[in-house]
Amino acid sequence: MNSEITGVVLIFLLTVILAYPLGKYIARVFAGEKTITGFMNPLEKFIFRISGINPRKSMNWKQFLKAMLTINLLWLVYGMFLLIFQDKLPLNPDGNPGQTPDLAFNTAISFLVNCNLQHYSGESGLTYFTQLFVVTFLQFVSAATGIAVMMALFNGLKEKTSNNLGNFWNYFVKSITRILLPLSIIVAVILAFNGTPTSYEGKDSIVTLQGDSVQVSRGPAAGMIAIKQLGTNGGGWFGVNSAHPLENPNYLTNAVETISILVIPIALVFALGFYINKRKLANVIFAVMTFLFVIFCAITVYYETKGNPAIDQLGIAQTAGSMEGKEVRLGAAATAFWSVATTSTSNGSVNGMHDSLTPVSGGVVILDMMINALYGGVGVGLLNYFIFIIIAVFISGLMVGRTPEFMGHKVEAREVKIAALVTLLSAFLIKGFTALAAYMVAHHPDIAWQVKPGAWLNNPSYHGFSEMLYEFTSANANNGSGFEGLGDNNIFWNVTTGIVLILGRYLPIIAPVAIIGLLAKKKFIPESPGTLRTDSGTFGVMTLAVIIIITALSYLPALALGPLAEYFSLY
Amino acid sequence: MSTNKRSIQLFDPELIGTAVKQSFVKLNPALMIKNPVMFTVEIGTAVMLAVSIYQLATGDTSQGALWYNITIFSILLITVLFANFAEALAEARGKAQAQSLRKTREDTPAKKILLVGEITLNEIKLVPSSQLSKGDIFLCEAGDVIPMDGEIIEGLATIDESAITGESAPVIREAGGDKSSVTGGTKVLSDRIKVKVTTEPGESFLDKMIALVEGASRQKTPNEIALTILLAAFTLIFIIVCVTLKPFADYANTPVTIAAFISLFVCLIPTTIGGLLSAIGIAGMDRALRANVIAKSGKAVETAGDVDVLLLDKTGTITIGNRKATNFYPADGVDEIAFIQFSTLSSLADDTPEGKSIVELAAQKGVQGKKESGMTFIKFTAETRSSGVNTTDGLSIRKGAFDAIRDMAAKAGHTVPAETAERVKIISSNGGTPLVVAVNYEIKGVIELQDIIKPGIQERFERLRKMGVKTVMVTGDNPLTAKYIATVAGVDDFIAEAKPEDKMNYIRKEQQSGKLVAMMGDGTNDAPALAQADVGVSMNSGTQAAKEAGNMVDLDNDPTKLIEVVEIGKQLLITRGTLTTFSIANDVAKYFAIVPALFIASIPALQSLNIMGLKSPESAILSAVIFNAIIIPMLIPLALKGVAYKPIGASALLRRNLLIYGLGGVIIPFIGIKLIDLLLGLFM
Repeated sequence: MNSEITGVVLIFLLTVILAYPLGKYIARVFAGEKTITGFMNPLEKFIFRISGINPRKSMNWKQFLKAMLTINLLWLVYGMFLLIFQDKLPLNPDGNPGQTPDLAFNTAISFLVNCNLQHYSGESGLTYFTQLFVVTFLQFVSAATGIAVMMALFNGLKEKTSNNLGNFWNYFVKSITRILLPLSIIVAVILAFNGTPTSYEGKDSIVTLQGDSVQVSRGPAAGMIAIKQLGTNGGGWFGVNSAHPLENPNYLTNAVETISILVIPIALVFALGFYINKRKLANVIFAVMTFLFVIFCAITVYYETKGNPAIDQLGIAQTAGSMEGKEVRLGAAATAFWSVATTSTSNGSVNGMHDSLTPVSGGVVILDMMINALYGGVGVGLLNYFIFIIIAVFISGLMVGRTPEFMGHKVEAREVKIAALVTLLSAFLIKGFTALAAYMVAHHPDIAWQVKPGAWLNNPSYHGFSEMLYEFTSANANNGSGFEGLGDNNIFWNVTTGIVLILGRYLPIIAPVAIIGLLAKKKFIPESPGTLRTDSGTFGVMTLAVIIIITALSYLPALALGPLAEYFSLY
Repeated sequence: MSTNKRSIQLFDPELIGTAVKQSFVKLNPALMIKNPVMFTVEIGTAVMLAVSIYQLATGDTSQGALWYNITIFSILLITVLFANFAEALAEARGKAQAQSLRKTREDTPAKKILLVGEITLNEIKLVPSSQLSKGDIFLCEAGDVIPMDGEIIEGLATIDESAITGESAPVIREAGGDKSSVTGGTKVLSDRIKVKVTTEPGESFLDKMIALVEGASRQKTPNEIALTILLAAFTLIFIIVCVTLKPFADYANTPVTIAAFISLFVCLIPTTIGGLLSAIGIAGMDRALRANVIAKSGKAVETAGDVDVLLLDKTGTITIGNRKATNFYPADGVDEIAFIQFSTLSSLADDTPEGKSIVELAAQKGVQGKKESGMTFIKFTAETRSSGVNTTDGLSIRKGAFDAIRDMAAKAGHTVPAETAERVKIISSNGGTPLVVAVNYEIKGVIELQDIIKPGIQERFERLRKMGVKTVMVTGDNPLTAKYIATVAGVDDFIAEAKPEDKMNYIRKEQQSGKLVAMMGDGTNDAPALAQADVGVSMNSGTQAAKEAGNMVDLDNDPTKLIEVVEIGKQLLITRGTLTTFSIANDVAKYFAIVPALFIASIPALQSLNIMGLKSPESAILSAVIFNAIIIPMLIPLALKGVAYKPIGASALLRRNLLIYGLGGVIIPFIGIKLIDLLLGLFM
């Protein structure tokens, strides 16, 4: 048991150790300085030339967002089209059918917004062609979109007074050529050498020891799995994601995949410090995020390794911990750690079933997605955290008797209004849609739908409630993991989660970029002895308090009816 | 605040009476809607009233017992009334404060001068002050009460301004110069003056201030607007929480009464700060008024809290009164008595305190000077930086700053006597001011003027430094003198040999780098700088132009008042910030009271969340709602007095306030709700 926990601690430490230099490297890349990936320069130049893009053209916040939204809309149409007609396209050795329009909508949207809520199973729901040219493609571009918009934030914070938030295309292309692609190649190679398939042949047939004949799905999976981990995407090649022995063959690949989940989101926090030359600010942000992250990990690892009290009561020993829904080759601690890592970062890949987590752990991972800013998704995590900073800056500015300011710019009514709207939005989407689902289950369980609401939930009572809450929280956080007990491939869930996905992705991107655009335009106020420092431990505590209070106040009743009620009934 | 001269008791019975009446008047939804948080509470109250009436009529008990619903209704109503009371009390106090000032200007007889009278020119006619309008001229003699604000156009008088400032020592006001302004309600003690009315009736600063306090023209300040938005967002979040709770409860097969929903909602929304917000704003204006500062807008007071740079005139602020002549140093070969005579002659028409002190010192030494007809007096100008006289016997005597006179002498081909140059340096390095005297462009010697630094001023500057405010001394002295005084007084920077445009340029320069600048001024030539500064405080004694240009007027004419104004501004923001934090932190305990109470019937396991061990679901909800209501009046004194500002640095202050109002805000309601529950347990 102890060696399992040591393993978890080592994985986390190694991640941070790798993230620090990576952050420095990312800052250099975007500052246009010389880096070891300079050999990508001709490729980038070529891309810009054929696209007719001037990567040095400055953009204000509106132009920046326009570029981002336009290209995203294009990808949505492209993705949906290929998914619906995938049966007629090449690279379909298993003869899988085309997706229904509502499923294609949900799938395209969910990969486009970096969520990867999969209402299908990869082996039968997609072809090799769509796995590569829809799923893997969107996994790269959605992650790059996140990093590019984050750069708008960085530039706004760096400049004293400016309209220029940088060039979206420049950051977008470089995110892929300099960060995502090189790292994915490294991770993919490690996975391939450890047994993850990279074959274009169809299903393999094997005969098991029992003598049964079994069809085993495979495909060019390693590359896709690498970017799914690194780009906080999370949508697996196989239905059960990294719990599948071919997607995550052994403890080493598990460690590599866990590190891949966290390394870029953490590195981006450090990159902020290097890029705007305020390392102390980045360290404070990292400390606040890590504080909550470590607490969440500790709780989850504790409850998962302790086992299930209901099984204890049966007199069955649980030396390995609560192993329901977990892989024996990975163990309870590594799975618990993964579950927190994947929900913190809006990744959503799983190496065990979250539906089977003990109630407290289940509550923690839901809470983790509600906050959605503990490192967070690539790029967007910092944008979410920025919203918390704005609210913290505002309240603490008043508390020290000065008109609030952040990085030398006054935070006034307009910025507060936008930040407040985003805060409202998650509460509205998560609670509103969960309420709608709960209403359907409670009042119309037998309505004549293809899948009746009464049949949505595999588990009754509190756990069923958690399943619905989890689904919408995951969709809003663009996480993509699920409490898989939920019957979610039907029109209600495909459409509602699709709506939540779009709103939960783009509004929380538009809002911070708008705020930073407005702030950056304002007159710069140099720091004076009366300025409240935002890179101090005190301000870190203030931000932490804002995160906890806002999340707790918005979601406590929902959590009480789901995970907490389940916990108190079980223990 | 040192100047609570007419302090009004916090809970003056008369004011309470008015405030209570107003609390009911303010229930009018059209007025309530300005405060979105309390407006939603009022809607909740109306719903509970409807539920109670419905129950009375039908006897339906599915929504809980009748007494329970009526109790919830009453508590909610009281909550709204408490909030209204806070605002009304703040208004009443502000009004009372303003009224006591206004009383001084009730109708007084005015000796109006009719330029073209009915019988003769400049005929004097007695009219009530209310009939005076802008541009009229009136006469005031010893014993008269000045009927209107105005500017002296002729004469000089000693005036008792205690009615306005509370300061009993009479002051001198005279035509020309920077002390030409008189205020209605003050009393002329000696001499006679002619005064020109400068404001229309009802438009004086005091009238404007009263309107600001009364609420009619009270506009929300930018920070207040931003905070209102944030509070509205919190309110919306809790609307979502409460509305979604209905299907959640349906799913969990738990019936939740309307009373419980509304109680949860009212407890969660930030009613504490919502109820006190406007009271805090009004109280801020009131505090300014109490410090005898009339602010032209709430924004001005708020901005004062953000000030980074403070421009202070040396004279009167840093040093006591004015420089006084202490010594005459004739150049070698110049007779001392002759030198003193020259000095006196050059100062005869110099009505600056320095000039007068030279005449006084000369008199002490037995030298008298007399104005003679035929003398031409040369006034001091900022350009020449010298003044003097051309006598009938053809002497041209000039005195002024060393470099000004030196240049003048050099032009005429004279050099500076070595011992005079030496003396100038010695005087300057000792913080004194040398005034060099030249006769027919030949330097005859130097007069020493000395400053006396106010006791305790160093500590005030130290306090300002801790607040993060940079102090800048403005003086006409040469750089050497200025530096000496600056060092001794402990100011951060100084502008020496300041011409009016130097002040302006300094303010512009600081503003360009993003700083907020405050300054105090009184003279007409201060007006542009006062207008340029983010916070411009003009002295009541100052010229009308200065008063119009600034955004505050200090009735006490106290140059150190800026420091208090900055603190009032900070206090205003801090009070809002801390009470917001307190209000939101309170929600944690309220959740722990109400959420288990809502679901305990169907989910007994949630009893574990009832960490306060409240007696029953009904008593838990009642306790939370009662706590929510009574915390408002309990915090009224704090809202009106303001949270104390401590100059300990921003981070330390944040830590302190987070600990007191954040952590305190989490803990106190746990104790409060438990106590109320214990008390309710005796009856239920």
